Amino acid sequence: MRETSGKLAIMVICVIVGIMLSVQYRTSESYGPNLRTTRVDDLAAANSSLLKENQNLSEEIVELRETLAHINSDSQLNADLQAELRKINMAAGLTAVTGPGIIVTLNDNPQALQPGENPNAYLVHDSDILSIVNEIKASGAEAIAVNDQRIIAMSEIRCAGTTILVNWNKIGPPFIIKATGNQQLLESGLTIKGGKLEELNSFGLQTQLVRSDKIEIPAYTGAMKYQYTTPKQK
Amino acid sequence: MLWITLFCLAIGLFIGYQLPIFLPAWMVEYVSIAVLAALDSVFGGIRAFMEDAFDTTIFITGFFTNSLLAGAFAYFGDRLGLELYLAAVVVFGVRLFQNLGIIRRYLLKKY
Repeated sequence: MRETSGKLAIMVICVIVGIMLSVQYRTSESYGPNLRTTRVDDLAAANSSLLKENQNLSEEIVELRETLAHINSDSQLNADLQAELRKINMAAGLTAVTGPGIIVTLNDNPQALQPGENPNAYLVHDSDILSIVNEIKASGAEAIAVNDQRIIAMSEIRCAGTTILVNWNKIGPPFIIKATGNQQLLESGLTIKGGKLEELNSFGLQTQLVRSDKIEIPAYTGAMKYQYTTPKQK
Repeated sequence: MLWITLFCLAIGLFIGYQLPIFLPAWMVEYVSIAVLAALDSVFGGIRAFMEDAFDTTIFITGFFTNSLLAGAFAYFGDRLGLELYLAAVVVFGVRLFQNLGIIRRYLLKKY
């Protein structure tokens, strides 16, 4: 008697466990496999970024509606095109710009070369300037000039004999790199521990970084020629 | 005995699969702990059966209190910001394996 009632109890409970298991399985499947591992923080971050995107998109809608309304009146359209042109010129580096930013000055090691030492270790190289420019681009610089040569999409920074070429112009020390953008970000991008400025200082090169609230960056003055490239037709 | 258990589990799985029941999202985590506790009770029951120490009352009360307590543990742990469910997972997980080991030994002895 006890044997059978025990068996019956185990059977009933097993059925219950089976039901629990499969309901649980189906539920967690339907909520997605990552329900338990997804942290609330991640979801919250995703949510807030989506909200922000949503807001940006709705602002864009308002702007586009305005544009649409302006297209109907000719003079307004003209003004809009002018504004667009100014913006694009700025992006291309064809207009002089001004704004808050930083000025980085690099200079060769002032100490006299000791016999047997490699003179290369005493000089600022094109690669140094290149990596600093790269670093400030990564830190969100909006306009950059090296010794008043505006850095545009096609600018090169390279070594040519004893001088450095930027936009096919020879430049020499001291190298003054100006950049507009978020001063805090630009500065910390360069002065971070193990960063580029620390590396140059360790070689004995002279570096100086100052913030300025009004940096003037000249326009690109070289030629712009597209010989092989044409806009893609949509 | 073991085959009956597995057969009943399969029936339960089938029924559960057909049932149109869905748990609310907040419950999933706690029910999974409860399921673990329930599984532990079942294997404990089989083991007791094989040792001839089976008691229906103990088995049934153990099943319900273990599951409910484990679920409640996880729930209150979450409320307190304490990962209490880990305690349930570890305890029941270890016991599950121990019970399985003992069942295996009995089966090996039998055949």
